[in-house]
Amino acid sequence: MTANSIEEFRLELREWLEANCPQEMRDGGIVEDAICWGGKDWVFSSDAQKVWLERCAAKGYTVPTWPVEYGGAGMSRDQEKVFHEEMGRIDARSPLQSFGIWMLGPALLHFGSHEQKLHYLPPIARGEVRWCQGYSEPGAGSDLANVQTKGEDKGDHWLVNGQKIWTSYADKADWIFALVRTDRDAPKHKGISFLLCDMEQAGVETRPIKMISGISPFCETFFTDAVIPKDQIVGEENRGWDVAKYLLTHEREMISGGGAGLSGGGRALGAVISDTIEEMDATLRADAMRCEIDALSIGLTLERYKDQAEAGQGAGDASAMLKYMGTELNKQRHELMMSAGGSDALEWDGPLGNRAGDWLRTKANSIEGGTSEVMLSIVSRRVLGLPA
Amino acid sequence: MSKLVMSEEETMLADMARGFLDGAAPVSKLREMRDNGVTHDAALWKEMADMGWAGVLVPEDAGGSDMGFAAANVIAREMGKTLAVSPFISTAVIAATALRQVSDARAKEALGRIAAGDATYALAVDEGVKFDPDATQMEAKADGNGFRLSGKKQFVVDGALADRLLVLARTAEGLTLFDIPADRAGIERTASNMIDARDTARIEFSDVEATGDDVLGTVDQAMTVLKPALEAGQAALAAELAGLSAGAFEMTVEYLKERKQFGVEIGRFQALQHRAAHLWCETEVTASAILNAGRMLDEDPENAGMAVSLAKAKATATAKLAVIEGVQMHGGIGMTDAYDMGFYMKRARVGAEWLGDYSYHAERVAAARGF
Repeated sequence: MTANSIEEFRLELREWLEANCPQEMRDGGIVEDAICWGGKDWVFSSDAQKVWLERCAAKGYTVPTWPVEYGGAGMSRDQEKVFHEEMGRIDARSPLQSFGIWMLGPALLHFGSHEQKLHYLPPIARGEVRWCQGYSEPGAGSDLANVQTKGEDKGDHWLVNGQKIWTSYADKADWIFALVRTDRDAPKHKGISFLLCDMEQAGVETRPIKMISGISPFCETFFTDAVIPKDQIVGEENRGWDVAKYLLTHEREMISGGGAGLSGGGRALGAVISDTIEEMDATLRADAMRCEIDALSIGLTLERYKDQAEAGQGAGDASAMLKYMGTELNKQRHELMMSAGGSDALEWDGPLGNRAGDWLRTKANSIEGGTSEVMLSIVSRRVLGLPA
Repeated sequence: MSKLVMSEEETMLADMARGFLDGAAPVSKLREMRDNGVTHDAALWKEMADMGWAGVLVPEDAGGSDMGFAAANVIAREMGKTLAVSPFISTAVIAATALRQVSDARAKEALGRIAAGDATYALAVDEGVKFDPDATQMEAKADGNGFRLSGKKQFVVDGALADRLLVLARTAEGLTLFDIPADRAGIERTASNMIDARDTARIEFSDVEATGDDVLGTVDQAMTVLKPALEAGQAALAAELAGLSAGAFEMTVEYLKERKQFGVEIGRFQALQHRAAHLWCETEVTASAILNAGRMLDEDPENAGMAVSLAKAKATATAKLAVIEGVQMHGGIGMTDAYDMGFYMKRARVGAEWLGDYSYHAERVAAARGF
């Protein structure tokens, strides 16, 4: 794309945002409550949130890089960059977030059939169907391929039995994408399939797990003779691990991106802190500066990896680095937010809202999606070639 | 802005530089120079000039190769890997950038001499132990049509042997940058015995005469010329520190793979694996900041300040980590003079201070980010 046309694109977009982004949606959306997850049962927190989602969805802006026929805006990488810059410029909230956008979407775009894409992607883009991820199982933890939930081949469908754990927002999700063992005799990684399952059907139950943060994004999900039709498989039978791995890479990038924020867009932590306290003490200020330097550098690395991917040099195992750096940084940022808040930050729903809950929540960042230790092991073995 | 990916030309430049430097300027060369008390190799600099490196930022019509700031960073990075000794940053980056802000015949001629490798430069700014151009006390007193310079400078990198000096001094209404020959009457240079074994000097100016012609740019307006030059130097230094980190890191990982204790390679120990992996992550993240600084200097120089300070701060921190971990993982041998890791540690410390330390640049980033 030429510099001229990209600048035209920027101006058009700027005009559109100015006319269409409600004022209430221009606060950066840094609190958990600001997130719009969508789904059949979604209750909008305000009319503005609803209007903002509808307007963005109509333009394909909820998933800017997806093809237009699947609900996206078909943006190039350059355009996407501008899109984020312009959204950041007015501190616009993200119109919609979901595991459908971050994880299932990219996996379907890569592995799904045309019919599957047409069927599943547009409702994700419009925020009509909310998805959750059924990966982890009790006793498996970081050994993700050790999946025990089993799917018996019944001709036109699989009969699924087993239990998943840490299924984020399973109690609020409409559908689940799950790893299911469909061949018990194959080696660990070779007998897994990637299945899509409607959660409203018989045989699927969820139970929230209460967390230290006081909120329960996580659930246990139980499958008891759940029926999954054969056309609800993504990729080939028993080759679900390929899909899972692909998707994990996206998850890692997503988590790190959430932590670091994109370069240019988003406000500096130090600036956010100085909103609430008159004068930062020297230690806090120094910590905030270090955090900012790391955040900007990680943000630029995210950009660089995306640029590399576009140039045909995929990040591969290096994405473990982004996940590790991004999540560790996010924990540090929230530690500083707590320091800045002092005793006000120690109350549940106190003067600073749920700052303590958000802080506690970040402690899971370095556990979910592969622990920091797993990420470091991936780097040391596969990138540095140190002996196992 | 251009992509944050090395272009084909940049990759080729890096490969060529690596090939040359491995042969002409490995760490053993620095050791040999150190052992013989030599801090500048004129023949080596001439070879670098012949390859177009001295003129990397000199316009083509002045005899340079004008490859741009990102390319200068590529060269600096490769130099950092083996701690090559050269006046590249002082001369080819800082002085050339300052001179190219001025469009007169004298500046053009000076640029031509830089590109040809016929003139080396040093930047004399620091007067105290910390980089702080605004605090410059050195006086340039008006005297007829000219000036008389008196005062002291320290930490003048490449200053003992450079042919010419860029000197920052206080004039009636502000700061002025002078470009004067280093052998002018009244200049006394004392080589500092630096831990990194490179050319650095303390310089005393006693009533040194300077004419209006010696002013680079405009009187009282040093920063219009000096700011871009400092930013270019800081970015190149950040790149050198990033190269240094990569060099130290490579040595360390090789050592982890071969050194055995308790009957196995120490690289099998998870405690060390994870520290090595963390260090690699930091070097990756630093590389992005360097690439970004080069792109900004080339494409949006007016607004490159934050990108440059980000790169210098991050590279300083990463280099510190790389050498600390490098020595620690090498154990006792890492502490010996016979082993190269110490050279990396000492150069990293000097690079940390030159042209602004971590705090200096972190403050600039914070200011640019609104706190």
